[in-house]
Amino acid sequence: MAEYHLTTPLSDADVSKLRAGDVVYLTGIIHTGRDAAHKRIVDALDAGEKPPFDLKGAVIYYVGPSPARPGRPIGSAGPTTSYRMDSYAPRLIALGLKGMIGKGMRAPAVREAMETEMAVYFGATGGAGALLGLRIKDAKVIAYEDLGPEAVRELTVENFPVLVINDCVGGDLYATPDLEAALG
Amino acid sequence: MRTIAKKTVVDAVAGLCMEANRYLPADVLESFARAKAAETSPAARAIFEQLEENAALAGETGMPLCQDCGLGVFFVEVGEDVRIDGGGLRAAINEGMVKGYQDGFLRKSTCDPFTRANIGDNSPAIVHFDLVPGDGLTITMMAKGGGSENMSRVMMLAPAQGWAGIREFVIRRVAESGSNPCPPILVGVGIGGNFELAAINSKKALLRPVDDVHPEAGVAAMEADLLASINRLGIGPMGLGGATTCLGVKIKVAPCHLASLPLAVNIQCHSSRHKEVTL
Repeated sequence: MAEYHLTTPLSDADVSKLRAGDVVYLTGIIHTGRDAAHKRIVDALDAGEKPPFDLKGAVIYYVGPSPARPGRPIGSAGPTTSYRMDSYAPRLIALGLKGMIGKGMRAPAVREAMETEMAVYFGATGGAGALLGLRIKDAKVIAYEDLGPEAVRELTVENFPVLVINDCVGGDLYATPDLEAALG
Repeated sequence: MRTIAKKTVVDAVAGLCMEANRYLPADVLESFARAKAAETSPAARAIFEQLEENAALAGETGMPLCQDCGLGVFFVEVGEDVRIDGGGLRAAINEGMVKGYQDGFLRKSTCDPFTRANIGDNSPAIVHFDLVPGDGLTITMMAKGGGSENMSRVMMLAPAQGWAGIREFVIRRVAESGSNPCPPILVGVGIGGNFELAAINSKKALLRPVDDVHPEAGVAAMEADLLASINRLGIGPMGLGGATTCLGVKIKVAPCHLASLPLAVNIQCHSSRHKEVTL
């Protein structure tokens, strides 16, 4: 398992070398988006409008941060569960999305899109919201401000720690539950 | 009749919300240390190290442990001889929760189920009252996140399915949840009662300390069996594999209808945030 320091936006070359289990430290701009924001982005695309940020090489972080305390750009900011974005993700991947950061398992359709379009699914540690929030250097709302914690934010991150869960060649880091052993 | 000022309740509840979201209960932190020592996988140990560091950082900075500060769930034991001066108890609890989430820079996570518009102040609090003899008032606040709640289920089993059916349903539910609910998890199990009582009991069970042993030997044995069985799944911390999928299983039993065997499984993430105050 390798360790990489990558700068966003991500290229096909960046993504192609990553394998499930690799540790990656991301630096640069990433965007937040979760349930409600994904719906609006896809509605905008359906209406022939532009998405609120350039999807080419983009990394979306599935997060709804807590409010920033005075002097901080953002509050706690750990990942939310990713499967709720599965119905939207293949469309965004087809438009150039290269990375997603979340937690939990992805649908087969998302993993297939990651293979055909060359994208990667990163895991961040769920419930480590304070630790991860402190790795975010700047944050500003760029779209859908009315959604509150679900608004799209542009985040500037420095060495943001993530783990490759699903790579672009079908690798999957998550353990398969051993039901036979458990049920005895 | 004892009178408690509404402001006393509001301030106490605001404090509960802030503290529950910033400080993990000692028994939860101790369970991390025990589980970390038992893990041989470096990835699993690394997750526990991050969770311990996160807990320390939340305490130092005042940031919440998790950005999902949860719905505010309250279990209230209110004495029959208590009244709240200046407003109702439910209103006082809701007001205290709104104040705590605002003053504590906690995320507000309630929304309209159809439009999904954020309500903006985390209200309404979800309050379960138990009327008890005397003039005491004990309020327990649980900050319950959406990711683990989404993995929870209620199932009306047939009585013939018995313990074997209960056991299989709980284990399968945890297996299917996989990495989604932020393992290592706690599992609250409500057995018996009816549809809603099983669900409430499964959540109440999660308030017991992680290392608590059920006072009835038969139930304690069921808890131990489920814990060991779930940990044989090998899901591990954050789904990365390892010995610790579950930190504890807590069961609460109630009598049920002749025709029914209600079962509720309330999954709780490792960030098991709750705090109690007696006024």
